Amino acid sequence: MASTFLKNAVQKGARLIVADPRAHRLVDFAELHVPLRVGSDIAFLNGLMHVLIKEELYDKKFVQSCTMDFEKLKAQVAEYTPEMAGKIAGLAPEMIVDTARRLASVKPVMLCYTLGITEHTCGKNNVMSVANLQMLLGNMGMECGGVNPLRGQNNVQGACDMGALPNVYCGYQAVTDPKAREKFEKAWGVENLPGNVGLMIPQMMDGLVDKKVRGFYIFGENLANTEPDIRKVEHELASAEFLVVQDIFQNETTKFAHVILPACAWSENNGTFTNSERRVSRVRKASEPPGESRPNWWIFKQLAKRMGHDWASNSGQEIWDNEVSVLSPNLFGIKFHRIENDGLQWPCTDECHPGTTFLHKEGNFSCGLGNFVAVEWTPPAEVADEEYPLVLSTGRRLYHYHTRTQTGRCEGLNDLLGEETADISLADAESMGIEDREYIKVKSRRGEVNVRARVTPEVPKGMVWMAFHFREGNANWLTNPAFDPVTLTAEYKACAVRIEKQ
Amino acid sequence: MKPYFILNGRNTPFEKGQSILEAAEANNVSIPSLCCLKGASPTGNCGVCVVEMNGQEVLACSTPVNTGVVVRTRTPAILALRQERIKELLDSGNHNCAIGSSDNGDWCDFQQTVQASDGASELCPAWGDCRLQELAYEYQVTGGGRQDYKVRQYPQKKDEPLIIRDYSRCIRCGRCVAACNEIQVNLAIDTDFLDADPLANPDKAYPVAKDNCVYCGECVQACPVGALVEKKARYQYRPWKAEKIRTTCPYCGVGCQQTLHVVDGRIAKVTGVEDGAPNKGRLCVKGRFGYDFIYSEDRLKNPLIRNNDGTFRDATWDEALDLVAAKFQQIIDQHGPDALAGVSCARSINEDSYQMMKFFRSVLKTNNIDHCART
Ligand code: SF4
Ligand code: SF4
Ligand code: SF4
Repeated sequence: MASTFLKNAVQKGARLIVADPRAHRLVDFAELHVPLRVGSDIAFLNGLMHVLIKEELYDKKFVQSCTMDFEKLKAQVAEYTPEMAGKIAGLAPEMIVDTARRLASVKPVMLCYTLGITEHTCGKNNVMSVANLQMLLGNMGMECGGVNPLRGQNNVQGACDMGALPNVYCGYQAVTDPKAREKFEKAWGVENLPGNVGLMIPQMMDGLVDKKVRGFYIFGENLANTEPDIRKVEHELASAEFLVVQDIFQNETTKFAHVILPACAWSENNGTFTNSERRVSRVRKASEPPGESRPNWWIFKQLAKRMGHDWASNSGQEIWDNEVSVLSPNLFGIKFHRIENDGLQWPCTDECHPGTTFLHKEGNFSCGLGNFVAVEWTPPAEVADEEYPLVLSTGRRLYHYHTRTQTGRCEGLNDLLGEETADISLADAESMGIEDREYIKVKSRRGEVNVRARVTPEVPKGMVWMAFHFREGNANWLTNPAFDPVTLTAEYKACAVRIEKQ
Repeated sequence: MKPYFILNGRNTPFEKGQSILEAAEANNVSIPSLCCLKGASPTGNCGVCVVEMNGQEVLACSTPVNTGVVVRTRTPAILALRQERIKELLDSGNHNCAIGSSDNGDWCDFQQTVQASDGASELCPAWGDCRLQELAYEYQVTGGGRQDYKVRQYPQKKDEPLIIRDYSRCIRCGRCVAACNEIQVNLAIDTDFLDADPLANPDKAYPVAKDNCVYCGECVQACPVGALVEKKARYQYRPWKAEKIRTTCPYCGVGCQQTLHVVDGRIAKVTGVEDGAPNKGRLCVKGRFGYDFIYSEDRLKNPLIRNNDGTFRDATWDEALDLVAAKFQQIIDQHGPDALAGVSCARSINEDSYQMMKFFRSVLKTNNIDHCART
């Protein structure tokens, strides 16, 4: 839906540049498509910044007054001449110069990205690099500017805000901060909250095998299909000493469970979701859950009770109004009665606060000055070679959601898309004699799938593009479990494969 | 100072650039229209918004207001024009609600013919939720008695997924075109259908969607009559039976606001909340049509505990919860709290993630809690 607003803007005269290896639908609306190579983002972005600095097209006033470490950035991008960056990114040097000039010619420029930036072994650096560019252009802290990650799941923002992370409580209060621990100990009526940062998902999965982790609780995730390298993941899940899965359907992951707990689904709950714009909106109960299914919050409350803790809150509203908003300064002003209609965007610090549409207003970063963090380009962990000459990149398709546990059970959606395909270029199809819709094999060092080819001009030569909506032909039989060293986000966007006719 | 014009005898302020329709609406004077779609450019296709301006008949949607002009919205002549126009629209297609084609001609035969082509034994599926029907009542118009209903041809698409497009009820208002091309910008409907003659060239004269349709259903939401309807909701209920509940879409991070039309505790259809933030009434294919998984027979209905042979047996909540609590306690006692780990859900409500986080930190005493944000 976000793209429709983008297209509206283009129809009203806004200019659009799409930097993507694939020529997807938005490219039709763009004045320029930059078909950079998978995994070359930092080289491309550094190249842009090289040109902006060399031609003095950057926002000097913003850089001087609102940022620090510009000199470090300047030194870092000095070597990324359009020629050098272009070589890595597979782009003509002129295109990089042209893009930089176009970006500098209007203000503000809004930059949106999705998982193509984060799902790399250099994901964190990619994000830094994107932020560097927008700071250099002075496009921060204003409406219609900034860096805008478009989030995937409906409540991935909310799950972060709620502190379902190994290092923070709700409201991003660090578990390592004794004051924060004290605050939560008091609020929850407990002692000795742990102060060490916990494990991230990939570390948990490793832990299942080496027995550092013995009891594992999976709430609403179909890890067996969504994580890279399905064979490895299934081995890990099978190694769990005690696995609890809480979900609404049996799926590939529940197979490995020792206990399965049936939960309420979306329209069976009263509560809130927080969208990409940090907007907290109401979710309302519209239908009764089947059988004995119970709200998720109720299940946790019951478990706590059995382990000696009596929790007071007894509904979504009580949890939000009396606990979450009270304990999270940024959410303090958001109460159910205020979001009966439209939601509110945090930070919203008191009950009269109207919410915050965009952050870093007038160049005020939450940590003072905006920090340029110069970064070096690094290639993906696995690159194409003689044996596996193509690059597999993954994404989602419009008609399904993730592993299809839900959309696969909606009448009509399977009719629109009934199976996975491997999208390949016209050039590769021709050189291998592959017809559209023909079954082919796609192989990586980790596995292989049989899947129909979809021969399309969207995909450049040398690339295979797939999704993970179907168990059969799931891209994650192939993907590489290589992770960004800091965020431990997996490199779903690049691994080496080859294709064969059947 | 704001500029003024004279609306039905009153001095009325307006904003520069407003059409008569917009200025009247801003001052609580409603002018009927079947073709205007908020956020899209006016087309004047339906002709129902006709008003009198300085003694001339003009279309309110596409005529800008100027200082001092005299506009009258309900003169006898204007009302007669609207009646005539509404009658024409009723007669242009198979409008078999109580309104259509009842003046003369064989009403029963007409009903039976239309119902046979609908494959239904009811009146039009939009009955009760139709702008044309509302206006026909308001203006006391009945159809003129069509003689051509047995032979007249209309394009139809009834075998597609999700949407039934039955142009025998299309009034050629063009709202679907605006919804597709200007709101969602999917550009799946050609705009030149109005140039063709519906009698001579029916296949070209209606806004039939092309292959690049992405089934967002925005056109269905925009259609004021029964031409475009949701397949899953068609003939399932009448609109006054539905309770409307506002909620947030469960799929992606945009967080679209939806209206659930709930009949007897079951979601019968989903529409976008007009003017609601952030989506302003829009939905994508998943948000609009991806709701019925909750009624799947595959839903888990009770706790399950694994047997030694790998199969599962039904369990009560007490059994299952006791087992989890005991097992976790045992692991904590033997290996410490950090031998437990959990993954929360980025699809479920905030309150659920908070509870899980609280459970892991305050009860189990470990920070080994994460969710799929990093993937
Ligand atoms: S489309 Fe409207 S006017 Fe036509 S038959 Fe149906 S309810 Fe009546
Ligand atoms: S469903 Fe969407 S894409 Fe298809 S015709 Fe209607 S508005 Fe256009
Ligand atoms: S299909 Fe509906 S919205 Fe489209 S022109 Fe016909 S009546 Fe109007």
